[in-house]
Amino acid sequence: MARRGPVALRVVVIAYLVLLVAWPVSLVFTGAFANGLAPVIETFRDPLVLNALRLTAIAAGWAVVLNTVFGVGVALLLVRRTFPGRRLLAALVDLPLAVSPVVVGLAIALVYGAKSGWLGVPLANVGLDVIYSTPGIVLATTFIALPLVIREIIPVLEEVGTEQEQAARSLGAGPWTTFRRITLPAIRWGLIYGVVLCLARAVGEFGAVKVVSGNLIGRTQTATLTVEELYMNFDREGAFAVAAALASVSIIAIAIVGLLRARTERRTS
Amino acid sequence: MSIEIRDVTKTFGSFTALDDVSVAIRPGSLTALLGPSGGGKSTLLRIIAGLETADSGVVTIDGADATRLPPQKRGVGFVFQHYAAFPHMSVARNIAFGLEIRKRPKEEVRARVDELLRLVHLEQFGDRMPSQLSGGQRQRMALARALAVEPSVLLLDEPFGALDAKVRKELRDWLRRLHDEVHVTTVFVTHDQEEALEVADEIVVISQGRVEQTGSPDALYDRPANSFVMSFLGPVTQLDGRLVRPHDIEVLGIEVRDAVAGVVADVQRVGNEARVRVGVGGAPPVAVVLTRAELRALGARVGDTVWLRLAAGAATLPVDDAALAGSHPAAGVGEVGRALAGASSPRG
Repeated sequence: MARRGPVALRVVVIAYLVLLVAWPVSLVFTGAFANGLAPVIETFRDPLVLNALRLTAIAAGWAVVLNTVFGVGVALLLVRRTFPGRRLLAALVDLPLAVSPVVVGLAIALVYGAKSGWLGVPLANVGLDVIYSTPGIVLATTFIALPLVIREIIPVLEEVGTEQEQAARSLGAGPWTTFRRITLPAIRWGLIYGVVLCLARAVGEFGAVKVVSGNLIGRTQTATLTVEELYMNFDREGAFAVAAALASVSIIAIAIVGLLRARTERRTS
Repeated sequence: MSIEIRDVTKTFGSFTALDDVSVAIRPGSLTALLGPSGGGKSTLLRIIAGLETADSGVVTIDGADATRLPPQKRGVGFVFQHYAAFPHMSVARNIAFGLEIRKRPKEEVRARVDELLRLVHLEQFGDRMPSQLSGGQRQRMALARALAVEPSVLLLDEPFGALDAKVRKELRDWLRRLHDEVHVTTVFVTHDQEEALEVADEIVVISQGRVEQTGSPDALYDRPANSFVMSFLGPVTQLDGRLVRPHDIEVLGIEVRDAVAGVVADVQRVGNEARVRVGVGGAPPVAVVLTRAELRALGARVGDTVWLRLAAGAATLPVDDAALAGSHPAAGVGEVGRALAGASSPRG
């Protein structure tokens, strides 16, 4: 009897995860190769698909770079400094996780729209279109993935404390040297974890990008938008192939995170 | 190098950590900042190091105004209670850190690190990671790291506070010897009066953000400026309206002039020490410490009448009502009370 409960629970949990996650995701991969390798290769030869993948890579790359640089800065500010409005800033950082991506997209379109946007009109006057163009897609993707790096680093910074940094300062290191040689090595696992999560989130973004990109095929269509487009046009193999490529990126990212986590747990135990 | 602190005040919100503090530290000395927790002594040390900035006042290191200098420009070595080891660097790299920052030639760094490893008796441990060292070894590594850059001043914040009693004692003796060898002006913070009395040339007693007294260990013990200093440095009791140390009271079996009569209420033997409580009627009982031989010679037992008088040259102070009423809650009443109860050695 003692083992019955745990076993039953395990069966329920496994069934739940298989039905909801593993089986549908695996169907994406089997669906992609339903008619063999040829249609998949053909899909990835399509210049529109390649363009979309390139755009996704650009948006995700920028999102990772921006969120890493600003994420480290914001996390240091939130943990190491006290200033009026600190709690408000901390709450603001979590906002992108709480708000629907569609709302994020609309908000960005309102600010940066070329016709009536608050910042969009002056930018359009100097020849820079944000909405319906790559900068808007980068902005939306960065916004959505913003909290991930920050939220990973903050607990690590809190745990490490300031004594090592103070010791480095008293030994003659300036602020930048202290950051590079003491702070950065101390937070590196949290940072890598945050970057991987940020990458996975950025690659998969759909809602916000759909609003700001205008979905112009071959110009502002990202990989996720292409999947939708192909699926709506009954090109199921194509849709599955691109979806499988996106899923692969996420699965590899999660695998890396899992390995890192196992490694840090071994180090701390 | 000398350190001078003039009129330094530091507040954290509504809490005054240091209230118009002035201290002069002699070059080459080993000075203890002694006082109860939260009294401001660590804040003062951190202000000397540049890890905190004073709200007002001046800090002078070696004659130069250092009040606004960032920590890396002050030429101070700082040792933390919890070591602040760099966990991702080997012991040798930890020690080399300050020299590498200064871009010294590799050969020189290696030679200096070897020398320091020998100085702190960690020759075998250069390639280990800090996590593989014991607490005492880590603190010695931290000391070597601070000494590597040849600081003009070495500052230690409760350096042995996180170590167990035996290691603490060893490191204490070792720090004393190290200072005799290296002669760098050293300031350490402690709340342990025994540590301060044993190690320091000079003690600065700090409580509630103020300097209570400055002087040599003997001067402070023999001529305490007030009842707080007296009770913080060792057990005290009251005899005839004066504060006095329990071992400075003579117990006599016969009546003599100026002696106070009393009845032995309690005798407790701890090793070679006998702690006797004598009820004197109308005043709190007097705690007296005798040696075992003295107790045997006296032959007094519970209920016997004895006469108490001050030993020649005993330090006494008038009983400070303010102290007893609790103006020094950390040590005043508590230490006096504990001393009365059994003349136990206070550990602040």
